[in-house]
Amino acid sequence: MARPRVYKTEAIVLKRTNLGEADNIITLYTPNLGKIRAVAKGVRRTKSKLGGHLDLLTQSSLLLAQGQNLDIITQSQTIESFLPIRSDLWRTSCAIYMAELADQFTAEQVENYPVYRLLQTSLLWLCEADSSELVLRYFELHLLSHLGYQPELYQCLNCRSSLAPESNFFSASGGGVICPNCVRKEQLVRPVSTDAIKVMRFLLRNDFSSASRLRVSPDLARELEQMMRAYIHYLLEREVKSAGFLDRLREELTL
Amino acid sequence: MRIEYVPAAEPVSRLIEELSKLPGIGPKSAARLTYYLLRIPEAEARALAEAIIAVKEKTLFCDSCQNITDTNPCAICASKERDHSIICVVKEPLDILALERTGQYKGLYHVLHGVLSPMDGIGPDDLKIKELLQRLKTGSVKEIILATNPNLEGEATAMYLQRLLSPFGVRLTRLARGLPVGGDLEYADEVTLTHALEGRQEM
Repeated sequence: MARPRVYKTEAIVLKRTNLGEADNIITLYTPNLGKIRAVAKGVRRTKSKLGGHLDLLTQSSLLLAQGQNLDIITQSQTIESFLPIRSDLWRTSCAIYMAELADQFTAEQVENYPVYRLLQTSLLWLCEADSSELVLRYFELHLLSHLGYQPELYQCLNCRSSLAPESNFFSASGGGVICPNCVRKEQLVRPVSTDAIKVMRFLLRNDFSSASRLRVSPDLARELEQMMRAYIHYLLEREVKSAGFLDRLREELTL
Repeated sequence: MRIEYVPAAEPVSRLIEELSKLPGIGPKSAARLTYYLLRIPEAEARALAEAIIAVKEKTLFCDSCQNITDTNPCAICASKERDHSIICVVKEPLDILALERTGQYKGLYHVLHGVLSPMDGIGPDDLKIKELLQRLKTGSVKEIILATNPNLEGEATAMYLQRLLSPFGVRLTRLARGLPVGGDLEYADEVTLTHALEGRQEM
């Protein structure tokens, strides 16, 4: 896509890596350009006028100039800094997990406005939600759905019959649920409870304002988390690194 | 007929290759540095080589503060003039240099050698946190200053440490965040300005 020499965009900062003396390469998610990487000059100096507006997980309005290789961020102004996330370690870790997922699942310069909206609204919900886990599940399911990986939760993947409320199985490789009649022993599947299927259907059908009223027992929350992790692991073919930190933190916080 | 490509002499290309492994140095800079080094007197070249060897052979981590040092404990930890009841926790040894330049801090340090960075898979066990807890067990520490960088990961690390350290009953402080000297209010971000307002001082 041809871009003008200097262009303006909104963006959410997904990642920062150091470059040279005081520069950063910043991975941004934008509404109209998808994921892009750009250079922010001098942001590691304390007097940088860009730096504070480009911290991880900040939504900013940016001015970029085309560079030889990567574009260069010339101006930035914070739109939303998600302060409640920043002042809470657990929420910070949840937000980092979402940023990593968004980074891992998207390719550079592929426009996907719904993903941008999802990221933005999920971060806002994370600021106020009582159940950060529900935000994470909502984000995962909708992210996968926007990228074409929405799990099949209504029919059996194999025989296409409607799922009955019995002991069904989730297949990560098939991307959906398999009924007990079709499940064969050699397939890599995990049992999935009827409640878990219902929660996933509900999260996918509704927006977060109604989804946030959902009450999920800790056991069901664990089941959903483990299932989504397994599915995401299968799709990415690698671990999501920040998930390990979330587990560790949860363990330490409940001690 | 194609003429066969003749690479630089073997010792030259070897140095180019080694130099280009350094951060921020690409193949072109490495070649320029190599041809510069070829022209300097042998004594200078030897001094450089020896300095590189010495930095590997003669330095170690201070048992107490984990800073890089040539004596153990390091000069700061061994100093009798310093206040041993205050520990300033920093991300890396370079931060100590910056704080020392102020000449205002008289306490000790603790180097974490990194910050929590879940995305890169860097967790608490990869930092020198256990060593910090160990130092606290002696009971002589009264205050801990958390001086990690004021960005998301630095803050996350500070919050994580806060949770771990508060049971010890020491005074926990965080470096003030606000406007830099020579800065410009109109370019300040809202987080910095919020902190600057909160931390305003009587004139």
